[in-house]
Amino acid sequence: MKQQYQIVHKKVLTPEISQISVHAPLIAAKAKAGQFIILRVDENGERIPLTISSTTEELVTVIFQKVGATTLALDELQEGDYLHDFVGPLGEPTHIENYGRVAVLGGGLGCAIALPVAKALTEAGNTVDLIGGFKTKEIVILEEEMSKACTNLHVCTDDGTYGFHGFVTNKLEELIAGGAKFDHVIAIGPLMMMKFACKLTEKYNIPTTVSMNPIMIDGTGMCGGCRLTVGGEVKFACVDGPDFDGHQVDFDEVIARNATYRDFEAQHKRDHLCRLGGGALNG
Amino acid sequence: MANMQMTKTPMPEQEAQVRNSNFLEVAQGYTLEQAINEAQRCIQCKNPACVSGCPVGIPIPQFLHEVAEGNIAAAYEILSNANALPAISGRVCPQENQCEGKCVRGIKGEPVAIGRVERFVADWAAEQGIANVATAPKNGHKMAVVGSGPAGLTCAGELARMGYEVTVFEAFHTAGGVLTYGIPEFRLPKAIVAREVSNLEKMGVDIEMNMVIGKILTIPELFERGYEAVFIASGAGLPMFMKIPGEGLVGVYSANEYLTRINLMKAYQEDSPTPILHNQKVAVVGGGNVAMDAARCAKRLGAEVHIVYRRGEEELPARREEIHHAKEEGIIFDLLTNPVSIEGDEKGCVESMTCIRMELGEPDASGRRRPEPVEGSEFKMEVDAVIMALGTSPNPMSTKGTPDLEKTRKGCVAVDESGHTNLPGVFAGGDAATGAATVILAMGAGKQAAKSMDAYIKSKQ
Repeated sequence: MKQQYQIVHKKVLTPEISQISVHAPLIAAKAKAGQFIILRVDENGERIPLTISSTTEELVTVIFQKVGATTLALDELQEGDYLHDFVGPLGEPTHIENYGRVAVLGGGLGCAIALPVAKALTEAGNTVDLIGGFKTKEIVILEEEMSKACTNLHVCTDDGTYGFHGFVTNKLEELIAGGAKFDHVIAIGPLMMMKFACKLTEKYNIPTTVSMNPIMIDGTGMCGGCRLTVGGEVKFACVDGPDFDGHQVDFDEVIARNATYRDFEAQHKRDHLCRLGGGALNG
Repeated sequence: MANMQMTKTPMPEQEAQVRNSNFLEVAQGYTLEQAINEAQRCIQCKNPACVSGCPVGIPIPQFLHEVAEGNIAAAYEILSNANALPAISGRVCPQENQCEGKCVRGIKGEPVAIGRVERFVADWAAEQGIANVATAPKNGHKMAVVGSGPAGLTCAGELARMGYEVTVFEAFHTAGGVLTYGIPEFRLPKAIVAREVSNLEKMGVDIEMNMVIGKILTIPELFERGYEAVFIASGAGLPMFMKIPGEGLVGVYSANEYLTRINLMKAYQEDSPTPILHNQKVAVVGGGNVAMDAARCAKRLGAEVHIVYRRGEEELPARREEIHHAKEEGIIFDLLTNPVSIEGDEKGCVESMTCIRMELGEPDASGRRRPEPVEGSEFKMEVDAVIMALGTSPNPMSTKGTPDLEKTRKGCVAVDESGHTNLPGVFAGGDAATGAATVILAMGAGKQAAKSMDAYIKSKQ
């Protein structure tokens, strides 16, 4: 019964974002939208959480952006290679019910997580507006999959090179101004995007769920590293989340906490790139 | 004739001012001569009180007798038959409250250093390549153990010895539970934990990593997969906080997180990809063994470290030896002091902690004198990190999907004296059942559960 976590499929979605499908049938059998896994690339690797994007009978698919040393190392693995560790499904699934009309906001890589959530909401009978935001046209991912998973897909780019010109929050506000009545909003993406989405929905009094991504180590309810303040109380993303009532989350605290190791991570990424022999450092 | 030396044979240790900047083991262990000398201090009581103080019931006079005679292999045989993890308990047991606390030699002098001799015997056996891995013939019954900490490993070892096919499900990528993520390298080298785990594997125990029971498989699903009994030894859970302002600031750690980064993820090593803050001045809030471990780790990472504890020296719950070691290493104890709030700078990083002086009033429910704040005594400590070592609440994860399992008021798994829960074939022990306690109590619970599980299987036949 020893687990072997083989990468069965790998797809490069953009120069910065890759998708891998990992052989993990026990996790695949249990995983629901909104849950995550923790993986380690090698025996000395750090534990990184990634939200599950989709599953088949045998495979668990995650999508990741090459932001640091660990995700760069992960991207060096190819089809047929093995991950050292792959744990899940962790966290509570996203609550799915028939709200009526729901807007699902995905920011960049967050679209990979918004996709299964939108799909589940559609299957539950909702009218789903999936609003996917990207910096620019070149990094739009999953467009075809997203369009199948929702009622109305709205792709936005910050620079206007594709789809709606502006942020997902601009698009949401436009839809509301146009008369769309949303019963619920789910926002998944960068902390700033979720923070501003919540500010907007608070104004319109629309209940809003956010998928939080604080720093995490064990992910199994032991270390307390992923704690955040929700409605004035300490909550743990790995046990109580990762979904929370966005109007109750102290975003500024999470934003500060997530920057705790920024210098370390930048240095580590530079070291990793140097070991690869690459000289190009772009962030 | 026993050796009537009044004090324990001293244990060689790393110099305090050297060891407080490295993670190598502090206590370096007896030589053969020292171990024999110490074992000869045992007067071989006819009714040995020490054994009654041992949660795993080691026949202490017998193994000490063999050591005194220089028969270390025979001593190891006796010791390891009673205790699956002697190299670990010899290092981390609070012997002063257990076997050594009951030793008659302690009445007029120091007790026999049973723990030190135990450690010597276990390390000697490992050096000789001797491991007590004999098992009864396989009986074909499958047992599941949830968690590979001291309770789970002990239970697995006992069951394997009886001939059961045992699978241990571990949530992390490395076995050992608190022995791996909690207790620092300088008190319990991880190579020793790995050695004990590998001995269990030699006995046929199968250890499955990355298996978060309650998530990937529930306890009822373990039965569906053919396991006939399950032992829940999933350990302690989420850390507690004080609920004071500022606990969300950057630089506020739970002891669990701080220790996990250092011990499990090796963040103290230069090339580790898991980061940890290297702070200038750290306050560790709490007075237990976990607080001492966190403080001594922070010291080794280069900080000035203060233990902040609301009661007095007498009330410190940590082992005397740990307090002594911490003081030797330069940890500063701010006793009768309690945090009120933590303040941060414009980036949200810890800058200071406001505390209030305390005084001891009447005894409270725990029997200890209740600390009460001294009005107007607030003062500010400049610190750049605060580590909260206030204990843990039970982890709810492993028992998800087992709704009929009874819990105690505090959320621990409820068990009877034999370790049986309200569900047939489901047993529990260690911190999951008792709340945070010691390694040896967890080992005792693991041993008891193994006996009960064996009896349960036999009763079904």
